[in-house]
Amino acid sequence: MDFGTIIEILDSAVRLGTPLLLACLAGLFSERAGIFDIGLEGKMLMAAFFSGAVAAVTGNAWLGLLAGVGGSMSLAFVHGLASITFRGNQLISGVAVNFLASGFTVLIAQSWFHQGGRTPQLSGNGRFDPITLPGAEAVQDVPFLGPIYSNLISGHSILVYVAFAMVPITWWVLFRTRFGLRLRAVGENPESVDTAGISVIRMRYTAVAITGVLAGLGGVYLATGLAAGFVKEMTAGRGYIALAALIFAKWRPVPALGATMLFGLLEAISNRYPNIDLGVVTLPIQFMQAVPYILTVIILAGFIGKAIPPRAGGQPYVKER
Amino acid sequence: MSTTESNNAGRQATAALATENASDAAEAAHAAATPTGAPAIELKGISKAFGTVQANKDISIRVMPGTIHGIIGENGAGKSTLMSILYGFYKADAGEIWIKGKHTHIPDSQAAISAGIGMVFQHFKLVQNFTVLENIILGAEDGALLRPSLSKARKELKRLAEEYELNVDPDEKIEELSVGHQQRVEILKALYRQADILILDEPTGVLTPAEADHLFRILDFLRKEGKTIILITHKLREIMEITDTVSVMRRGEMTATVKTAETSPEQLAELMVGRKVLLNVDKTPAQPGKTVLEVENLRVKDEDGIERLKGINLEIRAGEILGIAGVAGNGQSELLEILGGFAKGTGHIRINGEEIDLTGKHSDGQSRRRRGISHVPEDRHSLGLILDFAAWENMVFGYHSDPAYQKNRFVMDNAGIVAHTAEAMERFDVRPPIPTLPAKSFSGGNQQKIVLAREIERNPALLLVGQPTRGVDIGAIEFIHKRIIELRDQGAAILLVSVELDEIRALSDRVAVMFDGQVMGIGPVETATQTGMGCLMAGMGGEDVRGMDGWTIAAPEESQ
Amino acid sequence: MEKTPKWVDVALIPLLNLLIAFVISGIVVLLIGEDPIKAIKVMVSGALGSPYGWGYTLYYATNFIFTGLAVAVAYHASQFNIGGEGQATLGGLGVALVLLAFPWPHWTIALIAAMAGGAIFGAAWAAIPAYLQAKRGSHIVITTIMFNFIGAAVLNYMLVNVLRPRGSMDPATARFGASTHLPTFHDFPLVGQFFSKSVPANVSFFVAILACYLVWVLIWRTKLGFEIRAFGRSESAARYAGISPVKIVMAAMLISGGLAGLMAINNVMGEAHRLVLNSVEGAGFIGIAVALMGRNHPFGVFLAALLFGFLYQGGGELALETTIPRELITVIQALVILFTGAFDNMLRAPIESFFVARANARKEA
Repeated sequence: MDFGTIIEILDSAVRLGTPLLLACLAGLFSERAGIFDIGLEGKMLMAAFFSGAVAAVTGNAWLGLLAGVGGSMSLAFVHGLASITFRGNQLISGVAVNFLASGFTVLIAQSWFHQGGRTPQLSGNGRFDPITLPGAEAVQDVPFLGPIYSNLISGHSILVYVAFAMVPITWWVLFRTRFGLRLRAVGENPESVDTAGISVIRMRYTAVAITGVLAGLGGVYLATGLAAGFVKEMTAGRGYIALAALIFAKWRPVPALGATMLFGLLEAISNRYPNIDLGVVTLPIQFMQAVPYILTVIILAGFIGKAIPPRAGGQPYVKER
Repeated sequence: MSTTESNNAGRQATAALATENASDAAEAAHAAATPTGAPAIELKGISKAFGTVQANKDISIRVMPGTIHGIIGENGAGKSTLMSILYGFYKADAGEIWIKGKHTHIPDSQAAISAGIGMVFQHFKLVQNFTVLENIILGAEDGALLRPSLSKARKELKRLAEEYELNVDPDEKIEELSVGHQQRVEILKALYRQADILILDEPTGVLTPAEADHLFRILDFLRKEGKTIILITHKLREIMEITDTVSVMRRGEMTATVKTAETSPEQLAELMVGRKVLLNVDKTPAQPGKTVLEVENLRVKDEDGIERLKGINLEIRAGEILGIAGVAGNGQSELLEILGGFAKGTGHIRINGEEIDLTGKHSDGQSRRRRGISHVPEDRHSLGLILDFAAWENMVFGYHSDPAYQKNRFVMDNAGIVAHTAEAMERFDVRPPIPTLPAKSFSGGNQQKIVLAREIERNPALLLVGQPTRGVDIGAIEFIHKRIIELRDQGAAILLVSVELDEIRALSDRVAVMFDGQVMGIGPVETATQTGMGCLMAGMGGEDVRGMDGWTIAAPEESQ
Repeated sequence: MEKTPKWVDVALIPLLNLLIAFVISGIVVLLIGEDPIKAIKVMVSGALGSPYGWGYTLYYATNFIFTGLAVAVAYHASQFNIGGEGQATLGGLGVALVLLAFPWPHWTIALIAAMAGGAIFGAAWAAIPAYLQAKRGSHIVITTIMFNFIGAAVLNYMLVNVLRPRGSMDPATARFGASTHLPTFHDFPLVGQFFSKSVPANVSFFVAILACYLVWVLIWRTKLGFEIRAFGRSESAARYAGISPVKIVMAAMLISGGLAGLMAINNVMGEAHRLVLNSVEGAGFIGIAVALMGRNHPFGVFLAALLFGFLYQGGGELALETTIPRELITVIQALVILFTGAFDNMLRAPIESFFVARANARKEA
């Protein structure tokens, strides 16, 4: 494996890890506020469809982005309504959101485009094109660092850079601002927030809305950056892998970057080398695909450091007895 | 304005409200801070219902600035609900709140805080994995960024700590703090928000006597500063010790408001329960038989590895009631749990001379029941009953594996159990006697009778009873006490845990006083003096227990 | 306290929720420019209008009874088993291995052996999440989701690398011996003449009904059921009573996984006669909707499974005869889960307070 190949695989890992990262940070906001969200998959799918559809019709990726985020946020609102206002079971609501997206996207896609549940191919301004960072071509031939800059760091769509920028931003918001303090408190002990005179409901809805935006961006990237258009079930379990990454990262933003890039790398490797020959055994592609899930189970089992979710997670806040 | 006020006050049925005008009430206030003018807090006609339960009924109080006002009442009398309304945590169905002479709407806690009210809840509202400082500023931040708020709070905290002996490490996480220190954080939270009205809900329930004394010292400082304090408690001693005025609540109603100096514990107790407390139970002297329960060097650690029982030794003989007295949280619950089979520990427990397992497969509740240990747990809602289950299902809960309740190898004899339950409900006067009704539909007293029927009717060798009459109405109390004595007279050994000293005195033949996971003293009930027991409950021996004949007093250990 | 009549809880609220789900689905159909009334007609005639339709409706219902019971049993122990899909997948593997291992002389023996194989594999797939929940507190919802994906990978690997017959390109096992084919409704005496040969409903339907009865006995008549329900309602009280949390979580989840695995006697043994990729087709997830709709009672599960069998078959017909894709069914399924599960309080709170108010008014009168 030469250096060029490694760069290619890493480049692919970054692209495959980006939707995971956005969805993972999305889940982080919601779960830090005490709302479990297993509906990331559905929100991404919805965003992927609406961004693909609107970008295809208007030829404008930015309008697609708005529509995609809007679609994702509408599902986030449904989840908020179920979990916050009606104090329902957050897990059941998440399951419903996923199915809603899965059925709804195909239904509308078929009705609008008659292409068997996909949107037309995107081209030109309908997609978020790769951005060449300044000087990328100039340093191309510098040994080692040149290819890293021009092939790995440069040349991604805007959403990739947004996703990476979201990591320090999320950290800063969470740990350095009033909003973050309250957000974390509402996920640990909502009564402490309520008795401090802050509305638990407003905090939680805000968190769920942020989740909608970020998961939406993840879906938008899938349809307009990674691929060129929406395809039925195109999220292919990425929402669940993002959830796995969130647990893997123990609900912290910087480790979330590590976990999602690791999972992206695994996917990149298995795309390139379906079966990995380790000499003694050959790792089949199915194993590589299952690794994120297996790792998550191991983490959940507490064999590698315990993953403790936010204490009030999953419980509706009921003040009156 | 003062005319409308007195008109409003006059409308209230709470007859003993002796404060017709402000100057009269001022006399009741503490001399060091004699206030003038409007009361700090005035509640007028507050009512609140939860579903069908009327928690507060037309309640009025006025509290003058610079005083400590006590609110006393039994568990479930509606004290905490009333204060939660004042703090904006619950919404009242009817009534008005006046703060410093101004009609104030308190729709949420934010409004309460800006009206200068701070509250220390019985169950602290702290974020466990936040630091003290983060908890202090939560909701009272200055601006969108944390850093300035934190450094301001750090300075302010230092000042408050010096002023009121409220020392806590600002950078420690709450989960690392003792309960007493956590409470200080709650008080600091209120002071940081410049509260001049402080409500404390059962603040001493979780404190050691030394911590409680410290708390009262702090409250005294605060009063001298001119702050107004409302102290909710069900402990008469605390009311007498520190308050200036006291209101008594009973079943959601305010029965009286009096000046503490002009009342007596006896009078307050009578007001609390609605009639003279006659806790004298008819019982003949015990006829103790052979030893049933022997406990030797029993030790239990909790989940965090803290030792909750530190080498307990005691024994109970057949036909005798041993009462365990003590402040809640000194190991009584753990003692019941390990005897009842849902805690693990080391040492020895023998029933009729036979060793029973303290760990492993045969240490569970099923094994204990097979050994003849029955258990009326302290908390019937979370332990003794499945609230959603019907009475008949609860009547066999824990004994559901008994062959008598099986139809054949595969299925249970549900019809037989229903019939058995109907009889048992009759015998124990459970109302309504409908076996198919879910447990949650019964009143507290009737729920407790279901548990008691289940446990007593097994004719146990040893009966464990925790807080048998907590949240139970007077009528049922007498019934329950009688049944416990009857069981004793049939030759059972009984271990009674209660935080109500009167109950311990009325029922027990011998008393053991627990403090900090140890038995401080054990002896006959007849020679136990009130002060002596009080000292033992506080972890002290000395002069006061000298006169207690027949008592074995533990050698005072150095406290950690 | 209990002022709401029982029929409100078990019938009125679920039916109202269902109605809302259908109305919204109807609006969706309108939005995509189709006629909802016509859609219903197509669905009813396609699923219930002929023995052929019934044969498919009952076939799908059989799947959903098994997965619905699986969710319900776990629910009584307050465990949300979202892993029915993976457990049914592994159940299919168990059934296939059993049927391929031995030339079974008669379908009856083969059925018993296949049931054992399916149930054991399904239970085994639930066992690890159950153990991790019971012993280490790992959230069972997340672990069962993960096990769905791991299960899909395992099946994929087994079909592609192990079980695929030599020379075949198709990731599927060889066909099972003809002697293991279960009698379909066509083979039954008396009613057989009405059903065509191609109808997939088979004796598994009766096994499913038997399973409903046995689950009812288990939950409401046995000691284990008593303990499962007690634990599900109050873990602390269960500990007081000496009911072992580990035992209950394990027992409930093994039974749950076993039931999900049993589904394979219908789809794998009864219909496909071989194991293919994605043979479960989401039935594990539909089990969630079925259990919610059926209020976790076996009879309710039975009725809800029939309803979803109808929707599934009707949806298939819809895709054939109109331009509405069968994903409409996924939307309906999602809405049923949403309204009967997550939005339950939306109707329940006002309806209950209505009945409480009415009862109070009567008392005063």
